[in-house]
Amino acid sequence: MTRKQKIFYFITLHRTGLWVTALSLALLLFPLVENNPYTLGITNLIAINAIVVLGLNLFIGYAGQISLGHAAFFGLGAYGSAIATVNFELNPWLAMMLVALIVALVALVIGVPILRLSGHYLAMATLGLNFVFHTILLQWDDVTGGPSGFYGIPSLEIGDLVFFDEIRLHYLLWAFALLSLLLCLNLVRSGVGRGLAALAGDETAAAALGVNTRNAKVKVFILSAILASLAGSLFAHTYSFISPDSFNIFVATDFVIMVVIGGMGSIWGSLFGAGLITLLPEWMDLFETYKDFVHGGILVLVLIFLPQGLVSGLLDIFKTRMTLRRQKNAQA
Amino acid sequence: MLRLDQVGKNFGGLPALSNVSFEVPQGLVTALIGPNGAGKSTLINCTTGVLQPSSGAVRFLQQEITALPAHQIARLGIARTFQNLKLFPRLTVLDNVLTGLTCVGGRSMLMAMLRLPYLRHRERQLKLRAMEALDRFGLADKAAWQAGSLAYGDKKRVELARATVGRSELLLLDEPVAGLNAEETAEVGDQLKLLRSTGHTMLLVEHDMDLVMEIADQVVVLDSGKCIATGTPDEVRKNPLVLEAYLGRMEAMA
Repeated sequence: MTRKQKIFYFITLHRTGLWVTALSLALLLFPLVENNPYTLGITNLIAINAIVVLGLNLFIGYAGQISLGHAAFFGLGAYGSAIATVNFELNPWLAMMLVALIVALVALVIGVPILRLSGHYLAMATLGLNFVFHTILLQWDDVTGGPSGFYGIPSLEIGDLVFFDEIRLHYLLWAFALLSLLLCLNLVRSGVGRGLAALAGDETAAAALGVNTRNAKVKVFILSAILASLAGSLFAHTYSFISPDSFNIFVATDFVIMVVIGGMGSIWGSLFGAGLITLLPEWMDLFETYKDFVHGGILVLVLIFLPQGLVSGLLDIFKTRMTLRRQKNAQA
Repeated sequence: MLRLDQVGKNFGGLPALSNVSFEVPQGLVTALIGPNGAGKSTLINCTTGVLQPSSGAVRFLQQEITALPAHQIARLGIARTFQNLKLFPRLTVLDNVLTGLTCVGGRSMLMAMLRLPYLRHRERQLKLRAMEALDRFGLADKAAWQAGSLAYGDKKRVELARATVGRSELLLLDEPVAGLNAEETAEVGDQLKLLRSTGHTMLLVEHDMDLVMEIADQVVVLDSGKCIATGTPDEVRKNPLVLEAYLGRMEAMA
């Protein structure tokens, strides 16, 4: 091999690791370029959403299931952390772990019966789940604070380092997001991940290859619930105030829209989907006022014209164009 | 190796299989033939756990597998291909073959997420094995293609590669040459012969009589859910019941 080939081979062999490193470096340096707290606040929200979307994408894109109820797990994490740290005065980090564990158990108890359903039925069941959760948040105001929300959630801290201002939060939240990204990337590049991809493709075929389909679905459901719960805890500690409307069914559908736009089964796409949908209302007031219409419209358009997601869809179109042009040139 | 005892399957009171018994001996190729609707696919599905037999027992390597779910049967060492291809069109050819190694790839989700060094090492070994399998079926140069973009004949061969890469004890092939032209059929036939010569045990469901007569050691004939004959290809060919039920009809049409 020549030197050039060696470098090329190294890059292709380690391309995932290199991309993650590049992204980490970019995020490390980002606050030096952009230190406007408002902008950082938005990118921080992207990080939180990305954690939920990564997990949900495993469930939708790899296990081939659908959930319109992940805002409930997100909310369970947020309210769980809030109650544990304010009412029970637990250490926030410990609370975060405990709550994630409880959410995992909840997901197990819900997942075992609910994942016998599929398609529309599963969508309706998970939607119902989110609706019930949202109603509980509103009605059980002794514990949750009801419609007026939950105040005074403490910030996270390591020793004397309090994660209060946007720049520190930037590093904290993106560290969590990147870690989730790395774990998800590892998972899908493994034998287990291929089993999941098989499951999304065809359940009968996956079972014939030795994939325990029911078990795998429940496991991925739990994993995605844990990630949503962690994101929820971070959300609560970041804003110190939470209210039921951050966890209603429209938020749940927004998570699904982020997955679809990023591309079902595309881990990197999850970041893009979370980014785009979080940014849209910031770019234009129109998107803020008619948010649900716009998001619904985007979902329909993407599903009709680019079912593999915005990024992979556009890339595919580009590749096809290039190949066609090359063929034309060859003929001429 | 595989033994069916009085297997029956009813669909809402309608018998699709009744009292089917036969054995697939180790190292030999057993062909399962029969006219359309004879119950061949039902039989395969009952053997692989996709369907549960209504009565009777299925034994594999002295173990009863009648009530086991499909994935456990697969893990015990029965690999299969499907009549109407079940490849994963969005995955690459190599990844499709790698899914055939799911059983040996380690099952812990946590370990996979941590991607420890031993897993990376194993991943490389699995990739080598998958490439070898692709090479055997002449598809090594298409490893990076999306499976959905392959020609039909190539897809069939990817499915064969996926079924054989795990070195399962028993291969169930559901119409491996259906829809292929004469040349491709001959190629697949050669590959099946090669598999037999390397000691693979196979149960072959096939309509192509030339192929069956050429590579089968034993033929089982189903008609209307009943096993009407078992024997060597020559014996079955001369059996008047079989001629009546199957070959006779084909000759009458010809």
